[in-house]
Formats: sequence, C-alpha cells, structure tokens
Amino acid sequence: MKSGTIESQDPPVQLVPQSKQKSGWALRVILPVIVLLCLLFIWYLISFFQLFPTYALPSPGDVFKSFREEVSAGRLVNDIIASLWRVAVGFILSVCLGIPLGLWLGQSMHAKNAFLPMLNFFRFLSPLAWIPFAILWFHIGDKPAIFLIFMATFFPLVISTMSSVATIPSIYFRVARDYNYKGTELLTKVTFPAVLPQVITSLRVSYGIAWVVIVAAEMVGCQDGLGYGIWEARNGLRLDSAVCYMIIIGLLGMGIDRLLMQLTKQPNVRWGYER
Amino acid sequence: MKDNQTASRIVLDNVSHSYGETAVLHNLSLEVKPGELVVLVGPSGCGKTTLLNLLSGHIKPVSGTVERDGIIRTVYQHDGLFPWLTVTENINMGLRSVTDTAQRKHELHELIELIHLQGFEHHYPHELSGGMRQRVELARVLAGDSDILLMDEPFSALDYQTRLRMRRELNRLLEKRPRTVVFVTHDIEEAAQLADRVLVLSNRPATISRELHINAPRPRDLTDVAVIEAMKAILEELGLETK
Repeated sequence: MKSGTIESQDPPVQLVPQSKQKSGWALRVILPVIVLLCLLFIWYLISFFQLFPTYALPSPGDVFKSFREEVSAGRLVNDIIASLWRVAVGFILSVCLGIPLGLWLGQSMHAKNAFLPMLNFFRFLSPLAWIPFAILWFHIGDKPAIFLIFMATFFPLVISTMSSVATIPSIYFRVARDYNYKGTELLTKVTFPAVLPQVITSLRVSYGIAWVVIVAAEMVGCQDGLGYGIWEARNGLRLDSAVCYMIIIGLLGMGIDRLLMQLTKQPNVRWGYER
Repeated sequence: MKDNQTASRIVLDNVSHSYGETAVLHNLSLEVKPGELVVLVGPSGCGKTTLLNLLSGHIKPVSGTVERDGIIRTVYQHDGLFPWLTVTENINMGLRSVTDTAQRKHELHELIELIHLQGFEHHYPHELSGGMRQRVELARVLAGDSDILLMDEPFSALDYQTRLRMRRELNRLLEKRPRTVVFVTHDIEEAAQLADRVLVLSNRPATISRELHINAPRPRDLTDVAVIEAMKAILEELGLETK
C-alpha cells in the first residue's frame, strides 16, 4: 500500500454462487429416480400378487393404458385447463386482495386488533364447509370452485402477510424516516420489499392449499376439471382412471410450485433466503 | 451539493429523560457547533442511545428542550442498509431531493468513487463485507444535502483492523464533505482518534461528567501523543485507570 488512502482493502466477496459439482447434480437426479422406480416396483408387486382385488387397486399397466385413452379422447387436457383456470382465478383474486389487506393490518394496530379474531375464525373453517353455500350462491360452473379456492387461500395469506410485517426490524422504519419515506411510498418502497421474501414463501404454501382444495371443489358443481375426473372415475369404478388423474394432479402441483420458486431467485429477494 | 453547515444547529438545554421509573438522562445540556465532531463516550447502558434518539427526533424528552436545524441522518451499527436495494439504489436514497437526473447520476458516481466501491454498484448488501457495507452507509448519509450525521457506534460490529481503517476513512470523507457529527461509541480509542471534543457521560441517570477538547489536527495516528493523552484522560474519568 503506497498511500494512506483506503483502497478496497476489504477482500472482495466471492460472488459466483458456489458451483454445484457435477457429481452432486447427477446424484440429485439419480436418487429420486431410484426411489420412484422402487415405489413403482412395490406397486407392481402388490397388484401382481393381488393383495387387493383388481377393481380396488389398478396395476401400473392399467393406469398407463387409461392415461393414453384419456389423452387421445382429449378429456384430460380439457380437465387440466379447466382446473388450472379455476385455481388461477381464485388464487390471483385472493393474492390481489389478501396481500394489500395484510400489509395494511400489519401497519395499523387498531385495524389488526379489530380484524384478527375474525380472520382467525375464518381461517379455521375448512373451505369444504362452504360447499353448500358455494353451490346455492354461484350454482354450477367455474364460479363455485373459484369461490372455494378464494375462501381457502385468502385468510392464510392475509394472516401470514400481516405477521411478517410485524417482524420487520424497526431500524428500516427509522432509516425510512431519515430519508422522508411516508404514506404510500413507505408502504411500497419499504414495508412491501421488506416482507417480500416471506410473502413469496406464503404464496407457495397457500398455492399448495389451493391445489388440494380444487379437487374437492370440482367434485360438486362442476362438469369438468381434474377433481370432477376423479369423481366420475369413482362413480364408474374406474380406479385406473382415478389414479391417472391423481398422478396428473401431483405432477402439476409440483410443476407450478417450481414456477413459484423461481420468484425466490429474483435478486432483490435473495437476501431473505441467504442470511 | 452544499458544503456550508451554517444550517446545522444542535442545542440541548437541560434535557432530562426517563422510561417510567428509570431516569436515563439528567439535566444534560449540550451545544454542537457547525462542522464539529463531538464524540460521546460512557459506560454501557448509560443512555447514549437515548441521547441519539433525542437528537434524531425519534423520541421527545420528558423535560428540557432539543433544538435541531438541518437535515439529520443516522449511521447505525449494522443492517442500516435496505437489503432489497443494491449499493447504487441505497446511496440513491440519500439523493432523493436531487431532482435532476443527470446531476443525480453524477453525484452517485462521485460517491461510489469516494468510497472506492467501483465495480460493486449493483451488488446487494448481503454480498458485501461488513466494512464495505459501512462505507456504503457513509456514502448514503453524505449524499445530497445532509447537514448533521448521527453515528450510533457505526464501527463496533467490525473487526479491529477494519475498524482502524474505517476511522481513517471517516476522516478522509469528512475532509471532502464536511458535516456536523455527533458520534456515540464505547470505544475510547475511537473517541480519542476522531473527536474535536469528547464528552464523557456518567452512569445512569447520565449527565456530562467531563468535557475534553482535542486540538491536534486530524487524521491522528493511534500512537500520537495527543491521542494517548486523551485516552488516558477519558479512562481516568471512567475510573478505568489509576490517576
């Protein structure tokens, strides 16, 4: 060091994410595949030795056949689109209303006191309890299912957003005051980004709820959708078809969770997951 | 950019403060002159932070008056940067009053250069070392039209050597952009090296037990005679060294 000035003497931080080793990558793919194959094999053995009667436990082969049938009949694709649409509309509605409401409740002591008991009450009501009302109010079609998805996800979202506002370190609000953030700007530029990592996590959780509820919601008041597909398979004692729907539901759920997980990769929320 | 601190003014007159039954400050009077660097030292829990909160306006005193003029900003021990904003965006917070985009960009560039963080403009705080983060904080409080800086043990979370470097860094920055500074610390070395005036606080309820002017020019080395003498005086006052 030739002069007295401070020239970046702090060691530069390693910024490249620690590269995943190749062996690690392979293992991450191979291990789950092994587990999956074992599971399929056990299923095959159980059905081969007829531990359950064939009508009560379809074999993997039957399910595969019925899968091809459903696809070629075009019904499966139609059901997938119907379910995705209902979940999307119900979920987006509850996100658009629930997160702002949660932010507001988190900031206002009085509002929180006023609404929290009511929110908690509704949170513990199973969305399935709303089925009769859903049908009477919205008849058949997309609307009752959307309503049920909304009821299932709205309350958990409000409450988790509200409680993450409570965990914001007070230092951020002090800094915000030093730099004149007030009102709406305080909400959008300080409060919201400060809870965003936690909000993304609760989005993933409540999306999971939505995807579970859609199956039950579609068993009544719908003429299509994945839930209706299972209901109809049951009525026709076609469990091979039911299993094929179950597999689709599981895979789609995982896939969409993967998409939501991409939100956590945004650079301005990484801090919330890397501490 | 304005570099005259005629606007800055801090006067505490007979300030007392208490939390419930606990008296924290007792009849404390203090005037900080424009451009002065005043360091407050005292035993832990003596009310240093309360005093800073009074100065920043986060709390109001139970009795007495606090007069403050000028734009006041605080540097915190750690985590004062918004983790969701990059280095550039954090420093930009300090330039919010600058409406002209070109000028703001120019200012920003200058500040980044000033704290030697070129190449780290788009990094987030969690990607920086502790010392780098505090440098960004310094740039943010120095940005734009701030007049008074309150420093709440800004270097205490850093390791010893980084702390020594940051003291020189602060000297250098204040030379380029003079500000009125009230600096709270428990680090006696820091006080002796940085202060124009050291105020030693007594135990709770705190009042100023000793005022010490250090006239030696800055930057001062840790082993300068003036620094050693000041340290000795402060330690004696705190009862940590025999007279």
